Amino acid sequence: MILTVHHSTRYVYDQPVRGVVQSHRLTPSLFDGQRLIDWRVLVSDGTAGGAFRDGAGDWVASHSAHGPLSEITVTVEGQVETVDLTGVLRGHRERVPPEAYLRETLPTRPDVALIELGREALADAGRADALERAHLLSVAVGQAIAYRPGATHAHTTAAEALGLGEGVCQDHAHALCAVARAQDMPARYVSGYLHATEDGTPHEAAHAWAEIWVPGLGWVGFDASNGCCPDDRYIRLGSGHDARAAAPIRGIARGQGRESLDVTVAVEAAQQ
Amino acid sequence: MAEFFNEMYEAGQIRAPYARLGDWTEAMPAELRSLKQAEAEALFRRIGITFAVYGEGGDPDRLIPFDMFPRVFTHAEWRRLERGIVQRAKALNAFLVDVYNRGEIVRAGRIPAHLVYRNEAFETAVVGFTPPRGVFSHIVGVDLVRTGPDDFFVLEDNCRTPSGVSYMLENREIMMRLFPALFRENRIEPVDGYSEALRRTLASVAPAKCDGEPTIVILTPGPLNSAYYEHSFLADLMGVELVEGQDLFVEGEHVWMRTTRGPQRVDVIYRRIDDAFIDPLCSRPDSMLGVPGLMDVYRSGGVTIASAPGAGVADDKAVYTFVPEMIRFYLGEEPILQNVPTWQCAKRDDLKYVLEHLAELVVKEVHGSGGYGMLVGPKSTAEQVEAFRERIIANPANYIAQPTLALSACPTFVDEGIAPRHVDLRPYCLVGDRVELVPGGLTRVALTEGSLVVNSSQGGGVKDTWVLAE
Amino acid sequence: MLSRTAENLYWIARYMERAEKTARLLEVGARISLMPGAAHGYRSEWDSILRASGMAECFARKYGDPVQRNVESYLFFDLDNPSSIASCIGQARENGRVVRTALTTQVWDALNTAYQELKELARTERSDLPLSMLTDWTLRHGAQLRGAIDATQLRNDNYDFLHLGYFLERADNTARLLDVKYFVLLPRVEFVGSGLDNYQWTTLLRALSAHRAFHWAYGGEVTAAKIAHFLILNPQCPRSLLTCIAGMSDHLDRLARGYQRSTNVQSRARAILGELSELSVDDIFDEGMHEFLTRFIGDVGGLAGLVNDIYLSGDMR
Repeated sequence: MILTVHHSTRYVYDQPVRGVVQSHRLTPSLFDGQRLIDWRVLVSDGTAGGAFRDGAGDWVASHSAHGPLSEITVTVEGQVETVDLTGVLRGHRERVPPEAYLRETLPTRPDVALIELGREALADAGRADALERAHLLSVAVGQAIAYRPGATHAHTTAAEALGLGEGVCQDHAHALCAVARAQDMPARYVSGYLHATEDGTPHEAAHAWAEIWVPGLGWVGFDASNGCCPDDRYIRLGSGHDARAAAPIRGIARGQGRESLDVTVAVEAAQQ
Repeated sequence: MAEFFNEMYEAGQIRAPYARLGDWTEAMPAELRSLKQAEAEALFRRIGITFAVYGEGGDPDRLIPFDMFPRVFTHAEWRRLERGIVQRAKALNAFLVDVYNRGEIVRAGRIPAHLVYRNEAFETAVVGFTPPRGVFSHIVGVDLVRTGPDDFFVLEDNCRTPSGVSYMLENREIMMRLFPALFRENRIEPVDGYSEALRRTLASVAPAKCDGEPTIVILTPGPLNSAYYEHSFLADLMGVELVEGQDLFVEGEHVWMRTTRGPQRVDVIYRRIDDAFIDPLCSRPDSMLGVPGLMDVYRSGGVTIASAPGAGVADDKAVYTFVPEMIRFYLGEEPILQNVPTWQCAKRDDLKYVLEHLAELVVKEVHGSGGYGMLVGPKSTAEQVEAFRERIIANPANYIAQPTLALSACPTFVDEGIAPRHVDLRPYCLVGDRVELVPGGLTRVALTEGSLVVNSSQGGGVKDTWVLAE
Repeated sequence: MLSRTAENLYWIARYMERAEKTARLLEVGARISLMPGAAHGYRSEWDSILRASGMAECFARKYGDPVQRNVESYLFFDLDNPSSIASCIGQARENGRVVRTALTTQVWDALNTAYQELKELARTERSDLPLSMLTDWTLRHGAQLRGAIDATQLRNDNYDFLHLGYFLERADNTARLLDVKYFVLLPRVEFVGSGLDNYQWTTLLRALSAHRAFHWAYGGEVTAAKIAHFLILNPQCPRSLLTCIAGMSDHLDRLARGYQRSTNVQSRARAILGELSELSVDDIFDEGMHEFLTRFIGDVGGLAGLVNDIYLSGDMR
């Protein structure tokens, strides 16, 4: 499928700031399921900094602008050809050992309920292999946390979302990471885009899901929000231990100004 | 503890390195001694060197007791220590380069993967990156104890930002002012080359993007930090700026310092802040101790950070056990300095042994420091041992145990005159285009009779440390 | 030099000079309160002192009526009052501690000694501390620090930022003290030229340690015109507005030469200096003393803002 992305993030400051520094993971991953046709990241102000491919295989580009600055806009425009690999991250070059993704972080720290959720999901799994177990965990998380926008916020932890029983894709991905790691399965948070489905299933065009390490296959994506594995409707940008680490844009403004944010994302399939 | 090695006296004879100090103490009446002691204290106060070592916190205006009786090594003793420390510093750096790249030592099964990759100090953000000259830990502080004429053990390695080196320098400075004659009679190797060696080391690891003379800075958390004096002392000696996070900013591919002439590019940052604070974009967004965007500049080769982010995975107490293995694996050599045998309470067999021999062992918290949260079995009452037993059983993975070492003792001025007190040693090894250490280090002394705890927060003091010239 | 270092040096000087101003205010208040109480322009002299220094509200909230003993405590020891002598010296010392390597041992000693002695004073029984002793103490330590700076600091940009702080704060302080006299202490025009008026002028001169210098320079009767000339336009008076602006301009020019870069703060300082040099006392009285001083204080504030933006903020490109 050929997907066209238009993603714009506009930061507005109520009083001018002295400077802005950002770290972008806004370029689609290189693996067998994605091919870049055209891709541009434009920032309204400032200078491009160093860029590099990190150990997890993500393209990281830094950007800085000095003030006084009242707003800054990051625009992503591009086209990607995607192939459905049923979630398997085939052909992705990376160097971080899977074991490194067993470590918990604040939003993915498992509480008793999360540990219990994983245990119950696998209670009848018997001798099921890792792939099957990962599927079971993803289903369990999707069932335990109903999709409801607005129920949670950016800093909600996996444990809190499970307690509420509601959340969005970020909460699902955090919870799946927490549950899998508690079962000694390396897991990580992935951010990217999702193309709208025709059947009207709720989704977010800026999307997140989890990847679980399956020996023999490597990393496999699981989208607990939509009860599936990422296919050719998905564009993968980058990964990390949790949402913050995997965020497409990490940034800090220096100064007294309060920041407000305006994001628009559109992912469309090109006419073929 | 009955038996320990006395560094000055052996079988009633004065050992060679201390030969000239016997007369020195005899020629010093009590009045002169207290005069000199008062003078030393006044000098310390005047200089303002009143900070706690090793991150112990406490009153920032507190003086650490300075004992005027020096600790002495012969040239030969030192050369062996030096070779052992250099060997260790090389192996630790080789290990760091390896685990952030191919991880050969893990693949070879010489160290368990989980100890490395699940370690809190393993920094995934630098995987695949090798810092200039392959150095992660530019200043390695190795804590040593001695149990006999030729027996030295490494207690722990400090690969991040070992503190206390300003004591090494100031102790010497003060001894030379108080007792110039001693330095004429004994041929003592100087330590004052340290600051220049440190500057050279840091300059040698400037990033490839730096053309010309690199600009070096020391990054401090600020004047409230207990080691602030040391930070400003070293900056002053090296002639480099002492900066806080707010003095630096990222723009384009570089880090810049805010000066009265406008922005000045920075090439090497000797940071005295923890990994978690280096870049608020990466870890703690609320912390302003670091510099937003610094990690991206670092990863794209625009600046060198010393010690490198992620270096801490080499000095973890659990990884410590494997340093001899690193030396064999990377250098193909046998370790010159021994580790203290260590039982990991996380392991079932080790835990069993520890609980059976609790009264003989020293038990420490894995992440503890400052001599707190530890049990010295032979020095504890039966109740204390039993109370500690409960704590270990409740959380075994939090504890390691080691045999109680008979730490060597060195003559020390006490109220009654001169008496042996137990000591340890921290030399500072510099790793850049070469690996070197100045002949000396920081000797800490347990001032309480019989005590084995040298931490300044618990009655420890410091001494000048001499290495005699050949 | 790091901008933050420059900022610390500049504030050491500003705080020390501010401590002196507070001591001088205390002295003015104490002297004026010795006058027979018949002709008070305000509820009390102490109240006008507090008003003049902008501290009246905070004081009232904490202590109520302005009784001398409380005013002394508030202006000297009270750490809740950012302009108290204790606050200023504490801040100056803290700024010094951060940039200790930029200071000579003697300068640090002077700063640290003042701070240590202050801690002693705070522990001393107040009845053993007459006001004159407290004000003398403050002026003495201020002088010691300036002496140490002049005698031992290298004449580099460190030195310039210290002096920029001194001159800036002093210009502001002299202008405000003058304004106290003119606007607050003697608000009703029928008192001009009265015995009270002259007594207040004399007191003001004493407080500025300029009493005898004034008489050497002018002789004869104390008049408002002479005083205005002395404290505003006389380049011989160390605290005159002209001297302060000339000092600032001089140090700013040194910085511009050292950095090989002139900015709009240099031209602004020169412009203010030029204007002051052209003025006569009559011009000032024509404009109105209070109006003139208000304008001047604004100019000095603008200069401080430029110094901050260009050198201290670190945002200069």
